Amino acid sequence: MFHDALIGPFTEFEFMRRALAAVIALSLAGAPIGVFLMLRRMSLVGDAMAHAILPGAAVGFLLSGLNLFAMTAGGLIAGFAVAILAGVVSRSTGLKEDASLATFYLASLALGVTIVSIKGTNIDLLHVLFGNILAMDDQTLLVVAFNATVTLLVLAMIYRPLVIESVDPLFLRTVSRAGGPAHLAFLALVVINLVNGFQALGTLLAVGLMILPAGIARFWSRDLTAMICIAVIVAAVSGYAGLVLSFQTRVPSGPAIILVASGLYIVSVLFGRVGGVIRQLFPGRHLEA
Amino acid sequence: MAALHFHNVTLGYDRHPAVHHLNGAVASGALVAVIGPNGAGKSTLLRGIVGILKPLDGSIHLGELDSRDIAYLPQSAEIDRSFPISVFDFVATGLWRATGLSGGIGKTARDKILHAIAGVGLNGFENRPIGTLSGGQMQRVLFARVLLQDASLIVLDEPFNAIDSKTTIDLLALVKHWHGEGRTVLAALHDLEMVRTHFSETLVLARGPVAWGPTAEVLTPENLMVAMRMCEAFDDSAAACAADDAQAA
Repeated sequence: MFHDALIGPFTEFEFMRRALAAVIALSLAGAPIGVFLMLRRMSLVGDAMAHAILPGAAVGFLLSGLNLFAMTAGGLIAGFAVAILAGVVSRSTGLKEDASLATFYLASLALGVTIVSIKGTNIDLLHVLFGNILAMDDQTLLVVAFNATVTLLVLAMIYRPLVIESVDPLFLRTVSRAGGPAHLAFLALVVINLVNGFQALGTLLAVGLMILPAGIARFWSRDLTAMICIAVIVAAVSGYAGLVLSFQTRVPSGPAIILVASGLYIVSVLFGRVGGVIRQLFPGRHLEA
Repeated sequence: MAALHFHNVTLGYDRHPAVHHLNGAVASGALVAVIGPNGAGKSTLLRGIVGILKPLDGSIHLGELDSRDIAYLPQSAEIDRSFPISVFDFVATGLWRATGLSGGIGKTARDKILHAIAGVGLNGFENRPIGTLSGGQMQRVLFARVLLQDASLIVLDEPFNAIDSKTTIDLLALVKHWHGEGRTVLAALHDLEMVRTHFSETLVLARGPVAWGPTAEVLTPENLMVAMRMCEAFDDSAAACAADDAQAA
């Protein structure tokens, strides 16, 4: 019975195997990016960027259907346009960058929804907003895997300056000029992974598989490497369990994955080893040193 | 031979000067205290020296020094101590010049890092996250990173703020050791007694140079009074600084 419920769907149906491969690829790349977003206090910037890239992805979607390459290209263009415009406005007017980003992402989201609703159908709109990982074809899966591979390679290259810039930016500026390019490359990775998450989770939830596992990992470790590993495992487990839940209950796959991750988040808030509620209420006897 | 030359340097933010019209030189191997009230421009000057801030006017020359041959100790408030990084990894960033973006940390480098951590009295703290350290311990960690950088010019921004007397004595001994090795050291400080006792040269700042020279000659009640009366004005409608016109004339 357990076999039928937990493994059966994947041995029986090819679309479930593709969906599982996709969530694992998304987890491997997106979760480490999420950890850095959280540690750099950019969690909501990730959310704003997810909305900002909608018009670009929507134009790609309308021109060539659910072609992830076209959606990625469109999303990247829109994402960078919004990031740069927000940066230019904040530097030339003194408006805080988060305030100008909020304005641009809202305008961008409205534009995106308008484009899809004028040119597409309501089903298209639902697809873009909430994704449908179960409809993923081989070509799309390959693009997801390719984006994940690029993400891991680039992240490995910028890992060191990214860490130092997060913890001690002034020091990095005295020893290297890598901080600025690393930050830009990181933003590009955020956009790539958001677009990657579109097909599975839609624009509204794409950031979920990045941020929720990162938030969970924070409750279980104080070590960066361990946090990244925990976040990847949590994301993959949420993806797998969400797919099973979706298959068995007919809940849409994207929300099912994020609901599982949210459940794990609540468990972590309560029982987490680092700052969890229970741990704080019942810390045990104090140590000698 | 001078390690640093200031030519009519003005440093600041958005055209508002934090320090203006500084001229002079720091001799190679000097031990210089930079003093002045809050807002006098001490940190801004140090940021200009290490290249974080570009001068609004004038220039700073490093003499024969390579810009990478500078070790900078920022104020600890600038560091995000909630970031999950261990003491070992944090100190290891001092090896950036050798490792760069992707160079590995071999056994020799590992030994150097452990030696630097031991050198500031933090044996056994290698795996501790920096967020769990006390203020004094964090300051020792910052000094360990400077040790590891092995630089000719060392720039310390308020290195003894809010730390106890034992830590101050230990870290001050390190500063004097660096001076003894012939390195040039500049430190922004508030403790005048410490400056009198341990620093041979002093620059008194109050948004511009008040006095600069041997500590005994510079630390006079008159100069300190001038520095204390410093105007902390930040006026968006202020006129362009006329000092340059006066100099040209």
